[in-house]
Amino acid sequence: MTREHRAHEPLVLGIETSCDETGVGIVRGTTLLANVIASSMDEHARYGGVVPEIAARAHLEALTPTLTTALEQADVTLADLDAVAVTSGPGLSGALMVGVGAAKALAVSLDKPLYAVNHLVGHVGADVLTGEDVEHPTVALLVSGGHTSLLLVRDLVNDVEMLGETIDDAAGEAFDKVARLLGLPYPGGPEIDRAAASGDPTAIRFPRGLSLPKDMEKHRYDFSFSGLKTAVARWVEQRRDAGEEVPVADVAASFREAVADVLITKAVAACRDLGVPRLLLGGGVVANARVRALAEERCAAAGIALRIPPFSLCTDNGAMIAALGAQLVAAGRPPSGLGFGADSTLPVTSIQA
Amino acid sequence: MLLSIDTSAGTSVAVVDRDRGIIAEHSEADTRRHAEVIGELIARCLTDAGVAVTGLSGVAVGMGPGPFTGLRVGIAAAQSFALGAARPVVRVVSHDAIAYGHYASGGSGPLLVTTDARRRELYWSEYAGADEQGLPVRVEGPGLSSPDPIASRDIRRLDAQEVSAGALGTLAEAMHLHGRSFAGEEPLYLRSPDVTLAAGPKRVSG
Ligand SMILES: [Zn+2]
Repeated sequence: MTREHRAHEPLVLGIETSCDETGVGIVRGTTLLANVIASSMDEHARYGGVVPEIAARAHLEALTPTLTTALEQADVTLADLDAVAVTSGPGLSGALMVGVGAAKALAVSLDKPLYAVNHLVGHVGADVLTGEDVEHPTVALLVSGGHTSLLLVRDLVNDVEMLGETIDDAAGEAFDKVARLLGLPYPGGPEIDRAAASGDPTAIRFPRGLSLPKDMEKHRYDFSFSGLKTAVARWVEQRRDAGEEVPVADVAASFREAVADVLITKAVAACRDLGVPRLLLGGGVVANARVRALAEERCAAAGIALRIPPFSLCTDNGAMIAALGAQLVAAGRPPSGLGFGADSTLPVTSIQA
Repeated sequence: MLLSIDTSAGTSVAVVDRDRGIIAEHSEADTRRHAEVIGELIARCLTDAGVAVTGLSGVAVGMGPGPFTGLRVGIAAAQSFALGAARPVVRVVSHDAIAYGHYASGGSGPLLVTTDARRRELYWSEYAGADEQGLPVRVEGPGLSSPDPIASRDIRRLDAQEVSAGALGTLAEAMHLHGRSFAGEEPLYLRSPDVTLAAGPKRVSG
């Protein structure tokens, strides 16, 4: 791409505050210029999960420094921007409101157009920043502490459909809860991953949620992790009650296997059913070694092209919001105006609010 | 000239000037729509005042006390507007704006300002009166209290439903003029986040 051409690509700043990461990213078209994240994860550790009010307070503290750092990193000024983008949902409403309020005031002060975008579609949008050609349609599996969703993306800015999602806990939450059960610290994902490394994933057969034939009729692409969490708790309690030692590595490995198996089985089934030979992974849980390995193995066997963006673009971040904003600008979409609100349950069909 | 924002009760935005007073002010009383209305209220105030962003000398913001979710919207907006405009933020205790409005319109003497803190509690601040510059002299608070101890106080009481960004902005101008120090960077939540530490995992089998 020539420099002249690149100069016409929209320069967009994206703000993300839907959960516990304060993210500000800056992109020029599909080129990543800055991706700065401040996390309040440590403050939630002693509670074993994200506390919405703590997350929202942390966003307010972190937002201005994060904006400043991102501008420095991208080596651009606010006046250079073509547009501002912000996550308006789904997510924790008090947390979202910090970003929405800040983004509106920033856009007014700069007299720049403002795009309110969908957080989940933002995760899909991160893929355009990897520098490789992005093909659609694709199935996208987005798994984090806040969501577990399976999407069909026919067109990033026009046509995204929710195939299924968790009907109870997010997969990341299940990792946190099981880690706690095993006496491992928060966040549970990396801890379970570490403990599982030396365990036997076939030691205990934990249930695969919503995978029985009767469930598959109604919930073919939906997930459920609360039954799995209870099954692990019961198994551990029985060992403890019997005065036996709990084989932490085997429990961790078997639990992790159950989560990875059900995630990837349903994602691959969606690709097959819909005749879509592409799968994109997103969300913090892609850091999990077993989820990645199983996805690689099963996609290779099924002839599905698997894409996993770099980890810094998979966890919640502002760059993905900026990237989706830039796609909307490039597609000629009018800005969102100033009247939108934070929508904690924004449906994925609302790519732009 | 200042842009002034307060979201400690409803959402109030104004443009004020030291000499001309309140030039534009728009408010939304609904205490659950801060994020929706904040952008439009700022834009309308700037348009009505006929002032460009470059014509402002700073942004004044009410730091509460106020219910968290809404309060944060105004502070976040003020900070990012200031960043975009490359102007400083000055922070004011929201109750001071209520007291300032009271004294500016002829009130005098001791005053207890209260605002709704939800959950059957009140935010309160106590003032001795106005000083020679007309600025409110806060002697206690802001604090958080159940209604009973406040009801039993023998002092003139002002239960405010709203905080005027116009009053807050003109107070900020006056404070600046007389070299007074502004509020700190911490929002005045006056309540800890609602969290209870779980006592370890709950048993699932009988
Ligand atoms: Zn996410």
